[in-house]
Amino acid sequence: MIRSTHLPLMVTLATFVLAFALCGWQYPSMLSTRVVANLLTDNAFLGIVAVGMTFVILSGGIDLSVGSVIAFTGVFLAVILRDTSIHPLAAFVLVLLITTMFGAAMGAVIHFLEMPPFIVTLAGMFLARGAAYVLSTDSVPITHEFYDTLQDIYWKAPGGGRFRLIGGIMLLVFICGALVAHRTRFGQNVYAVGGGGPTARLMGVPLARTTVGIYAISGGLAGLAGIIFSLYTSAGYSLATVGVELDAIAAVVIGGTLLSGGYGFVAGTFFGILIMGLIQTYIVFDGTLSSWWTKIVIGALLFSFILLQKGLTWATITRKRTATGSAQQS
Amino acid sequence: MTTPQAPLLHASGISKFFPGAVALDEVELKLYPGEVHALLGENGAGKSTLIKCLTGAYRRDGGTITLDGEDIDAKSTAESQELGIGTVYQEVNLLPNLTVAENLFMGRQPTRLGLVNRRQMNTQAREALLGYGLDLDPGEPLNSFSVAVQQVVAIARAVALSGKVLILDEPTASLDRDEVDLLFGVIRQLKDSGLSIVFITHFLDQVFEISDRATVLRNGRVVGERLLADVTQHDVVTLMLGRQLEATVQDRKAGKPGALLLEINDLAKRGMIEPFSMNLHRGEVVGLAGLLGSGRTETANLLFGAVQADHGKMLIDGREARIANPRDAVAQGFAMCPEDRKTHGIVGDLSVRDNIILALQARQGWMRPIPRAKVHEIAEHYVKALDIRLASLDMPIRLLSGGNQQKALLARWLATEPDVLILDEPTRGIDVGAHAEIIALIERLRENGMALLVASSELEELVAYSTRVVVLRDRHQVRELTGDEITADNIVHAIAAEPEKGAA
Ligand SMILES: Nc1ncnc2c1ncn2[C@@H]1O[C@H](COP(=O)(O)OP(=O)(O)OP(=O)(O)O)[C@@H](O)[C@H]1O
Ligand SMILES: [Mg+2]
Repeated sequence: MIRSTHLPLMVTLATFVLAFALCGWQYPSMLSTRVVANLLTDNAFLGIVAVGMTFVILSGGIDLSVGSVIAFTGVFLAVILRDTSIHPLAAFVLVLLITTMFGAAMGAVIHFLEMPPFIVTLAGMFLARGAAYVLSTDSVPITHEFYDTLQDIYWKAPGGGRFRLIGGIMLLVFICGALVAHRTRFGQNVYAVGGGGPTARLMGVPLARTTVGIYAISGGLAGLAGIIFSLYTSAGYSLATVGVELDAIAAVVIGGTLLSGGYGFVAGTFFGILIMGLIQTYIVFDGTLSSWWTKIVIGALLFSFILLQKGLTWATITRKRTATGSAQQS
Repeated sequence: MTTPQAPLLHASGISKFFPGAVALDEVELKLYPGEVHALLGENGAGKSTLIKCLTGAYRRDGGTITLDGEDIDAKSTAESQELGIGTVYQEVNLLPNLTVAENLFMGRQPTRLGLVNRRQMNTQAREALLGYGLDLDPGEPLNSFSVAVQQVVAIARAVALSGKVLILDEPTASLDRDEVDLLFGVIRQLKDSGLSIVFITHFLDQVFEISDRATVLRNGRVVGERLLADVTQHDVVTLMLGRQLEATVQDRKAGKPGALLLEINDLAKRGMIEPFSMNLHRGEVVGLAGLLGSGRTETANLLFGAVQADHGKMLIDGREARIANPRDAVAQGFAMCPEDRKTHGIVGDLSVRDNIILALQARQGWMRPIPRAKVHEIAEHYVKALDIRLASLDMPIRLLSGGNQQKALLARWLATEPDVLILDEPTRGIDVGAHAEIIALIERLRENGMALLVASSELEELVAYSTRVVVLRDRHQVRELTGDEITADNIVHAIAAEPEKGAA
């Protein structure tokens, strides 16, 4: 059943379909599996980190640290694989633990010290970036046969598209994220916190556990995105992925999630990512446009989505005004 | 009632201190199984605070609580829910962004294989609400329903959580008589099954109708516990106030209304209120009567420009006035005290003083600040005049008790010294003492030549102060009562007894 709360999601979906159709009409070769496969591969790390960001924004918070955490993860992996003989899988587990704990710690500070998420995660952003610099200021290449093995896993679709492992992992993360957000008690608590902290507390929602959990998820997924990014680039560089947190926020908002929290869907974020990726692909296909157009189009999109949300909120309020009373008449 | 055995819930020596105020001082509360226990007291007496201390929403500063003879110490509302104490707090209780079913089942969703089973949740929610006379789609977001429906959902949630004790803090404030009856039916059932129920309200009729016993608080202390079968309303009121309440209904001096101030011609808004016409003179109180949803609030909003009329016109002092929004209305000498103070009224984090001065300052324009001393004087004056109980004028208004917030809001609009004052449910959540004071105040304002329009669901109250009553039904203006016609009976008649046009 379609409800008013699903409307932003529908609009996002429609935008994507429309954009894809337009691209295909202008450059028929964009309708190939190759383009689709690249879309997934190129945006894998961004998608994963945007899932975490969706949780954070649904709860009414923000996480500015994720870009730095991705860079830190990359450098950490590169350094550890260069200097020690630890197996990459063990290094993955280790770095996921670190980033999850890092997120949880930020969540704890936000909840227990009652600090605004903006400030806490801004501090986290500097911390993680600083830690990455401390490990290495140069780009450190990763050369390990395990990496080659992982990079060689792909499924070749008819039409020549190569669907790689990292794109698959992103899809998996989205599916798990959607399940957790919409079908678990934890997910319901996230929405509750976004709807209003004090009320949620009176309703018996465990605020501390939920807040810490949300930022732990965001940190952990940023770690996973870091691993994916290192697979994608085969290197770790402390200056990489600057500003990725903002791209993730943009994807979440374009996906129809309300920045003030409480409303939105993980699936929306997926299409937000695809829309942003599509714009980039279009500009590559065109060849004459400067890549800065990506930013401009995304900016315009963001702006129109925010306007749309305002409009919808306003529409529900008026609808509610007229509905008041009619509910009681009968 | 025979003297019952041991209390089910026994709180003793409960104390709670706030900066600058002792909210509770060694309070004792005994709840026996199968009883409805009313908790009474003036605005700010400490009723809500006591409830919050009992259920872990506040940490108490002293005292012990036993449930079934065992010491309990809930540190959060989640813990008290697990102990079987379900509560409807006075403030907003539910989350507007979630669906009705999600609100109802928050924290105890039916799961299968660890995943929330939405279909089952929606079916169960629908069934549960049918028991309260609500047939609605529980998959819709809560904020698409009226305040009354939301309140019923909050009650349904608390009832479902209450294995042993159910606590209701002013649950009936926004309910219709029918809904109150349904609620009381549910309460009686729960009572028969051995639950203890705490019931807080300022409607004494309801207290005597449903409760067996009452504990009365005054200034954070227990001043008495009574079996209600043994006492009269008068006794209870005297105990609450610590003094006798002067006779409430004075003789309405049929003072001649002054000059014509406001002429309303067929003002309407499609889907909200049908054409509405009325004249309002200085020195007149026009009451707006009607059931919930009959268009009382809508009419008030229309006059104040909070919603735009799409038909008809309004004349002020004979000149046509264009009121497109509340700003225009305020500039024309209107003031309105809204029904829903939580969303349209108080600015929670601002001080009481700033909240009181807000409307006056807004009318003056922000570029011309009112001098500090003047602000203080005005705020002081109204705090005294309306008997607002507070620790200091500087405290954030959200820390005031519910009824005192209501009074502060009234003060805000009185401070603008308007020509036309629109009051929507001015006595909701206000205690009996203050109730009488507000009625007296309305009388006084009228004598000073103000024109008042008061929407209220309490007929006795309307009868007490109105010089005319306009009755609304289904968003139509159906009757106007004047002079001796104004009796509660006549109003009820006009609301209900008249046959519908075109109906059999
Ligand atoms: N957080 C707080 N900080 C400071 N003072 C507070 C706080 N909460 C309540 N108070 C004060 O404690 C007193 C008791 O308030 P409470 O809300 O319990 O009253 P009440 O009996 O429920 O009144 P009402 O009938 O108006 O709801 C009030 O004077 C109020 O100002
Ligand atoms: Mg109260």
